[in-house]
Amino acid sequence: MATSAVSRPREVRDSVVIRFAGDSGDGMQVTGAQFTVETALAGNDLTTFPDFPAEIRAPAGTTFGVSAFQIHFGAQEILTPGDEVDVLVAMNPAALKVNLGDLRAGGLIVADTGAFTERNLQKAGYSSDPLDLEGDALARYQVLKLDITRHTLEAVKPFGLGQKDALRCRNMWALGLLLWMYGRDRQATREAIEKKFARRPEIAQANIACLNAGHAFGETAELGSDITGFAVPRAPVQPGTYRTINGTDAIAFGLVTGVHKAGLGKLVFAGYPITPASALLHAMANLKQYGVVTFQAEDEIAAICAVIGASFAGALGVTSSSGPGVALKTEALGLAIAAELPLVLVNSQRAGPSTGMPTKTEQSDLFQAVYGRNSDAPLAVLAAATPADAFECAVEAVRIAVTYMTPVILLSDGFLANAAEPWLLPDIEAIPAFPVRHHTDPQGFYPYMRDPKTLARVWAVPGTPGLEHRIGGIERSYETGHISYDPDNHQRMTDVRAAKVAGIANSIPEQQVAHGPARGRLAVVGWGSTYGPIHSAVRQAREAGLEVSHIHVRWLNPFPGNLGELLRQFDRVLVPEMNKGQLVTMLRSTYLVPAEGLNKVTGKPFKSAEILEAIRARMEG
Amino acid sequence: MATVLQPKDYASDQEVRWCPGCGDYAILKAVHKTLADLGASREKTVFVSGIGCSSRFPYYMSTYGFHTIHGRAPAIATGIKLANPELDVWVVTGDGDGLSIGGNHTLHALRRNVDINIILFNNEIYGLTKGQYSPTSRRGTRSPSTPQGSIDNPVSACQFALGAGARFVARAVDTAQPHLVQVLRRAHEHRGASFVEVFQNCVVFNDGVFDNFTAKEVAPEAQLHLEHGLPLLFGKDRSRGLRLKPGRFELEAVTVGPNGVSLDDILVHDERNRALAMLLAGLEPPQFPVALGVLYCDSGPCYDRDLYEQIQAAGPRREDLNALIRQGRTWSVAP
Repeated sequence: MATSAVSRPREVRDSVVIRFAGDSGDGMQVTGAQFTVETALAGNDLTTFPDFPAEIRAPAGTTFGVSAFQIHFGAQEILTPGDEVDVLVAMNPAALKVNLGDLRAGGLIVADTGAFTERNLQKAGYSSDPLDLEGDALARYQVLKLDITRHTLEAVKPFGLGQKDALRCRNMWALGLLLWMYGRDRQATREAIEKKFARRPEIAQANIACLNAGHAFGETAELGSDITGFAVPRAPVQPGTYRTINGTDAIAFGLVTGVHKAGLGKLVFAGYPITPASALLHAMANLKQYGVVTFQAEDEIAAICAVIGASFAGALGVTSSSGPGVALKTEALGLAIAAELPLVLVNSQRAGPSTGMPTKTEQSDLFQAVYGRNSDAPLAVLAAATPADAFECAVEAVRIAVTYMTPVILLSDGFLANAAEPWLLPDIEAIPAFPVRHHTDPQGFYPYMRDPKTLARVWAVPGTPGLEHRIGGIERSYETGHISYDPDNHQRMTDVRAAKVAGIANSIPEQQVAHGPARGRLAVVGWGSTYGPIHSAVRQAREAGLEVSHIHVRWLNPFPGNLGELLRQFDRVLVPEMNKGQLVTMLRSTYLVPAEGLNKVTGKPFKSAEILEAIRARMEG
Repeated sequence: MATVLQPKDYASDQEVRWCPGCGDYAILKAVHKTLADLGASREKTVFVSGIGCSSRFPYYMSTYGFHTIHGRAPAIATGIKLANPELDVWVVTGDGDGLSIGGNHTLHALRRNVDINIILFNNEIYGLTKGQYSPTSRRGTRSPSTPQGSIDNPVSACQFALGAGARFVARAVDTAQPHLVQVLRRAHEHRGASFVEVFQNCVVFNDGVFDNFTAKEVAPEAQLHLEHGLPLLFGKDRSRGLRLKPGRFELEAVTVGPNGVSLDDILVHDERNRALAMLLAGLEPPQFPVALGVLYCDSGPCYDRDLYEQIQAAGPRREDLNALIRQGRTWSVAP
């Protein structure tokens, strides 16, 4: 890192939240992604959250075209994208308008004055220029007004770009400045730019020039006495090799790993485009060399039906969607349950009901996953807690599916799908295998013969000589596998299907406590992506001396065997959820504990402060 | 030395429960015969069905079988074929299962040209649920849900298949064996999605609905048996034929001989002509005979084959997952 001739000492910060915001054409996602890489390389822990606009290409400069990228990084464990923003980089008026409310009092605004034209102000709905510091609009904040537009055009002059291409480099100038401000390197960004624009070197060089210019500006310009550079020390992290990963990629890797551990040669993945799950279909489509067959089906129902067929034929069938698509798959799930076929269904939950808010996160499909079929039709359900955790959860989903011959729903959400965090890379070879065998012995064979331990039926696949059989959705005899309407048989089959899923609890670990002791005054119990905010809140509460623990549930059906007993060790149980109360209802009905919900359904994740406040309120009472 | 399998070897041990006199028995028999003639491997053959009387079919076969959910057999069959392209996959469906709830999946299986054989038992009614009208029922069909007669226009299964881009479309009558066997055999031979519409008589809820062209007395005049390369002739002494109405893109039925109509005027069947197939598929009595046999057969790119070619082209099979997860930018933290 170059130091200027007159370098001022950097203030040390423990953690910072930066939000880059601009028009969807301004490259905020790229900016954020690069800042993330440089931050990871600088040794900080981090969590990121991209906030895409709902429209594909909204009219430039409008508030519904604003795209943002938030990164929370620091010298300690970072679990959430950050409750409050410390630095808002606003590349146009609309970005300022939309995001100002999340900036903390005293926070810093870095604004490109060159974009605050009358036209843009109008489009953003400002009647006057908020950057005009005579007014009160921004009195509570520090404001750094920079004509990034002009600086950019200056910096790219030697490269002979047209106006449009030149202006597209503004984000790199802003990035350069912010990298200087937090003492990050630029090498990885330079390499990424060169790689991306390998075919247009003049664009690559122009972008790099802007990056360097923004950085140099920070070093040399008089930005104001209270705007200095900051140092954010390395976080103490476990030694090892890391990469950043988002939930989508983690699930893709986990599915492939699971199939490998099962000793199966093939994974057939079918999906239908739906926000925010399409990215998983894309990720899987690029894994052809790893035994993955992908199929974009004509609709959600065809997708699950195709993978049911694939499982019948001996591959592992996997499908993925979001709430509305899972709703469509309901009948087919029933068939997979009745036919006792292995299947993984990944639900990246989003705000509902119906079309809801496709790009906003929520965790309101738990009831759907556990209960949402006609008849008594149980299946296994698990939920990922963080992007990196999704890898392990996907492997586990495959294990349960093939070991118990059952569909498994893996719950993720829009936040987890897109958010990234550092991932301590596991050694795949060290992950325990769970080899599955297709049945081959014709002796005494019938398709519903069961393993006495797991109650799973044999997996006998077409192509195997001597095992020719027919299965279907109609109730079948426990003894022979042929169609049966016998009343006692239906009871018996219903009971065995329930027992099989309940018995999964024998192969999963006991519920651990994520933070704090296994008894106390209050347990905060969560599932899914509330992990970060809950953990952060409970940590702060414990630092303040409160007897509170954090329990985070991964296996939601069946629950771990000790969960009820564990909950009874606490005086009170609080369940924060991004829904109207689903896990809390399940805990109450399963364990008869008077658990209480803390419910938020806004399309945004919990802030750790919200949970901390709720903890204090219950501890004081 | 492998035993030669007989038709009865393809029958399962289950008692067949269709109504006595149902056309499904004849189709079952024809399928057993077809598989025997082909020397089909029972372990490699899979019958996939949806819901309906037709869809009980797999239980009566000694091959692999999957009785699935209403309308979804083509999608499930596609998945089976993608998981194991070596399997010989047949779909058994009906006019309700395949063209009502299942229309979308039928369309896409045909469009994609997945190498499966679809047999659609068209009895122009919903049998299993006791007699409601179906998308192929003639306008005015009285049924429990349409006591005053149905008011919607039927879809033509073969025109739908052709419109979907199917590359093999054929028709047969349930009891007309050996013709049905010949058609099924050609369907099996065709690499890609084969669509066979079988006019099947539902003896309880729609008995005799096809009598207007299948009854013995009218059959010769009312049925046009297609043979690629042969003229479109029909009638008791094959004295009737089809030609294009002079100056119009429209078929007309003419008698060869009188009014200067010679054999040369009669169209010759061309299985590779989709437009002709579409016209033939639309022919209805009393004005025209019903076209039977292979209306269209023109192989094209086949989804499962292309998919596996793409997988091959992506590169050699890799097992090193440690390398996979370490792609992209990584960094190390020392102890």
